[in-house]
Amino acid sequence: MVPGNSGGVVVGDLVNLSSGWVLLQAALFLFGAPLLMAWVRRVKARLQNRRGPGWLQPYRDLNKLFAKEALVAHTASELFRAAPYVVFATTLLACLGVPLVAVGQPFTAVADVIVLVGFLALGRFFLALAGMDVGTAFGGMGASREMLVSALAEPAMLLAVFTLAMTAHSTNLSSVIDHQLAFGLVLRPSYLFALMALVLVAVAETGRIPVDNPTTHLELTMIHEAMILEYSGRHLALMEWAAQLKLMLYGVLIVNVFLPWGIAREVSLAAVSFGLFAVVAKLLLLGVLLAVTETVLAKMRLFRAPQFLNFSLLLALLGLLSHVILEGGA
Amino acid sequence: MILTQLTLVEQAVFVLAALVLFLSFSILAQARLVAGIHVFAWQGAVLAGATGLVALVDGEPHLLVSAGLTLALKALLIPWMLHRLVRRLELERHLDPLPRPAVALMLGAALVIFSYWVVVPIERLELATTRNILSLSLAVVLLGLLIMVTRRQAVTQVIGFMSMENGLFLAAATATHGMPLVVELGVAFDVLVAAVLFGVFFLQISESIESLDVDRLNRLSAWEDEP
Amino acid sequence: MGGVFPFSLLLACVALLASLASAVSALGTGGKRGPLFKRSMFVLLGVAGVAAVGAGLAALASPQAALGELPLGLPWLAWRLRLDALAGFFLLVIGLVVAAVAIYGPGYVRDFEHGQDPLPVLGLFTGLFVTGMLLVVLADDAFLFMVAWELMSLSSYFLVAFQHEQAANRRAAFLYLLMAHVGALSILLGYGVLAGFGEGFAFDAMRAAPLSPGWASVAFGLAFVGFGMKAGLVPMHVWLPEAHPAAPSHVSAMMSGVMLKVAVYGFVRFVFDLLGELQWQWGVAILVAGSASALMGVLYALMQHDLKRLLAYHSVENIGIIFIGLGLGVIFLATGHPAIGVLGLVAALYHTLNHALFKSLLFLGAGAILHAANERDLERMGGLLRRMPWTGLFFLVGCISISALPPFNGFVSEWLTFQTALQAWMLDGGVLRSLIPITAAMLALTGALAAACFVKVYGVAFLGQARSRRVRRARPTPLGMRAAQAALALLCLLAGVFPTTVLLWLDAVPAQLLGQGLSQATARGWLWLTPVAPEVASYSAPVVVAALVLVGWLAAVVLRRHDGGEVRRCDPWDCGFGQVLPSPRMQYTATAFSQPIRRVFGPIFRIEERIERREEGMRYQLLVLDRAWGWLYAPVERWIHAVARRVTRLQSGNIRVYLAWSLGTLVVLLWVIS
Repeated sequence: MVPGNSGGVVVGDLVNLSSGWVLLQAALFLFGAPLLMAWVRRVKARLQNRRGPGWLQPYRDLNKLFAKEALVAHTASELFRAAPYVVFATTLLACLGVPLVAVGQPFTAVADVIVLVGFLALGRFFLALAGMDVGTAFGGMGASREMLVSALAEPAMLLAVFTLAMTAHSTNLSSVIDHQLAFGLVLRPSYLFALMALVLVAVAETGRIPVDNPTTHLELTMIHEAMILEYSGRHLALMEWAAQLKLMLYGVLIVNVFLPWGIAREVSLAAVSFGLFAVVAKLLLLGVLLAVTETVLAKMRLFRAPQFLNFSLLLALLGLLSHVILEGGA
Repeated sequence: MILTQLTLVEQAVFVLAALVLFLSFSILAQARLVAGIHVFAWQGAVLAGATGLVALVDGEPHLLVSAGLTLALKALLIPWMLHRLVRRLELERHLDPLPRPAVALMLGAALVIFSYWVVVPIERLELATTRNILSLSLAVVLLGLLIMVTRRQAVTQVIGFMSMENGLFLAAATATHGMPLVVELGVAFDVLVAAVLFGVFFLQISESIESLDVDRLNRLSAWEDEP
Repeated sequence: MGGVFPFSLLLACVALLASLASAVSALGTGGKRGPLFKRSMFVLLGVAGVAAVGAGLAALASPQAALGELPLGLPWLAWRLRLDALAGFFLLVIGLVVAAVAIYGPGYVRDFEHGQDPLPVLGLFTGLFVTGMLLVVLADDAFLFMVAWELMSLSSYFLVAFQHEQAANRRAAFLYLLMAHVGALSILLGYGVLAGFGEGFAFDAMRAAPLSPGWASVAFGLAFVGFGMKAGLVPMHVWLPEAHPAAPSHVSAMMSGVMLKVAVYGFVRFVFDLLGELQWQWGVAILVAGSASALMGVLYALMQHDLKRLLAYHSVENIGIIFIGLGLGVIFLATGHPAIGVLGLVAALYHTLNHALFKSLLFLGAGAILHAANERDLERMGGLLRRMPWTGLFFLVGCISISALPPFNGFVSEWLTFQTALQAWMLDGGVLRSLIPITAAMLALTGALAAACFVKVYGVAFLGQARSRRVRRARPTPLGMRAAQAALALLCLLAGVFPTTVLLWLDAVPAQLLGQGLSQATARGWLWLTPVAPEVASYSAPVVVAALVLVGWLAAVVLRRHDGGEVRRCDPWDCGFGQVLPSPRMQYTATAFSQPIRRVFGPIFRIEERIERREEGMRYQLLVLDRAWGWLYAPVERWIHAVARRVTRLQSGNIRVYLAWSLGTLVVLLWVIS
């Protein structure tokens, strides 16, 4: 009953997986994420008539935090110290599963989009536990709110993703993008709704205005920040980096799945560099949109957030229904 | 029918039809009166766009006329009238929230599935495309009725009624390439007259019971009040 | 017993005998040589578990069913046993949990030895309970099935009523008994329909029964209600959160981990094996009931702060997930997509195994807390990770597994269920095509809420600071209890990281039952799980785990090179006041944690909230009640009372009237049989 006949295939797969692609993508994400954050902050500052921090500020922040001593509360357990590594590792792994500059790279087969959502959920699980570990009111508050928001966001996200998956007959993101590219420009109502739903979910999940405010200093209004309130030094740096990765992950997911044009479909220097250029351009544009909405909107009360997420669930549901009714009719 | 076999313009008609449905849901979920009127105006505009595109696809100029009519009437004139009415009755900040918005939205989704299920057997229609859009229009009509059932404010009920009419119009424009121009003009005129009448009616209601809450019209006559 | 038994069945009989012997040896634990008997009781239980695992594996490996006959039973209907792959799989599930419980038990029951609760009773009924469950799975005719079913139900009734000094436990036990018997009646009638057409109580005869679609639906409905009641589907679940917490923890582990699975076994046997032609409408019914159970189960679980009650509500949720898989299986099988239908069935079975593992792990953990700190209420726990680090670690594994997070086992089975649901585009009906993804979204909501619930459980119980003195002074747990949890935690991890190996064993079940195996799922070797086809979806758990460990380890090595991982301890953030020492009472409580969810999903619960103002301060009281009582049970109860009142009119008290009834009955009976 033990499968032994496929040893060669397995070794081949492993070699394939550990090729340079994975390292390249990891490096792009690791170093691109702070840059994207810097871009959003700069645009936002300009919109508010400020000059804003320099391009390298997020790197400097990370660098400083890495060098600093880590403080841990007396009441914290080992889990508190392990959580940043888990959160960082799961987020980075989720990033590796998204096609960034090219489709069909080997690591996307390891984790399809549901696994990717699972990784993010695992990271969030540990993040919330770390919030509760110190035993202060703020940590528990943040954890409770985060779990509420994520509980409502996850079905909307998966429903939107299911719409894509049912169109492409695959949950593998590479296949979804391939399917999209193969048919050229097709106006699908379902994609429109799924896109809107996914954008709302992304705003909620990455803790941006109007669901959460990443720059707030008032503990009582925090969600994400309340959970990492006790972190310092390298632990805080990892948490911050993971948050930046998550923002970039959602950005890439949105631009590459819905507007995949430009992504490399073959392995050649020209195609890959054009893919890189395309994704950078799309992300910059998305960053501008994010900065504009954050400037225009105000943060909602916590109990408005469920309505916001219900709306995204409705959009996702409409996406599914319009897929079934308008696009899949026999 | 496979979407990828259609031309881009036809796909755009689909997208706009889906948007009309989405806007119906938005009206259903919208608590603020003024915002509801705005969403309704957008629905009219999208509907006009869809009709215009159908006119382009089919090359039927009279549909362009009805598209323009829709735009003028449903996206501009009637919303403007409603808006003015709301301002006159000082209801700008009025809320008409649903007690259970999630339940209403679920009911709405169920109605969409139901209307698809009802329309699918009408296989005899010449085009599968027609059938799909027809089920969408039916859903818009049913949603309009649902809006009227769930709302207590007379103004929102009128919006529900008008969005029902939008559903019928969508069906007419996309499934049968528009009704004869005379009929369409007549219907448009009817809707306009209805809007005017509703306006007069509102003023009367609000004068006599000092509210537009239709639940307060439950009592059939005045002397029931007396003990 | 005859020597012609095949090896697998022989092992199964060893398991049966060992569990019976364990029950018998329990009778001696009260006497002079109590410790010896106690040890033999658990050793025999362990033997039963291991033998059941062996029998299960042997049955899964052998290509055809093993048959046998016991020289017991009715003269014209000897007890016939049959061990095919399906029965073997459930034997494996039962065996794993029973073996873990046997390791755990000696430490746990030490509390009962000196108390007033008699250990012999506990051991006797535990042994009989296990015997009953094993026999249900092995039965090859309806008669033996029902006898074993009753043995299982009755002995577990005594286990629920074990600590009968508390009125709540007595009430729970009575409710359990009542519902178990209503369910059994329904199952009996279901078998009756099959037996009526198949002319015999043997399962072989039932398989051959020529049923019309209408009668098949009747039989299905009866079986669905009967087995659903035992499995705890909403709205027939109310006995479950009452009964499971009432029993001693290791028994709760078996009830939640295994007994519910026996109900699932009965349902799968009845629907997929005995009924014959499937109808897709049944699948829709199963799907709807399953998703309702999953969602309601987790929402009610979130509102609990009694740890064992919370876990019991999670059983409702997980049974719901299993039934979602079964429903998808029925829909796809009935509409002519056997490959996908089999995937749904396998996903359900996989989740059955997983739930048995992690739910018993969690119940054993709850038992360990009960043993160490005598506490079941989350609101008085806190900081247990420091007092019981190993239990804390294993409990964390259980929490991650049940929250369906990668790379543990709960995720794999939910992933397979999602993949099955996503093949809905193959179906013809637009309603089905839209209904199934909506169900999948509800499954996603369930998973996310389960994660919220276990953040609450773990964060409140194991993290932070102790909220009561008893918990602050929790005593260490014996080695045996920790070992049992360790074994189950390890199995959770293995079943999550090597899903293809598990699937290869599981494959025998649909292959024997439906004549169709999973050809695709493991086609690309043990590294890749590809349920439908590699380009449709793939998941490689070993690579994921390796990458996760690698990234975490690298980050740790790089970052800790300055100071070797040293950290400075300090006080937590106090908003700069400087004098506020963190007190345990400032922590978020379990009730506070779930408050936002309670508010968002408010209409689903019956909430009674009271704030009393008193001289010495305020008092807040919150009661979250199950709506099922008001909607279903109270009307039924009222109706039964009304009927009962009518019937009491027969009671006149006059003896001659009673004799007249007897005479009348006799006359009518004679007339009927003449």
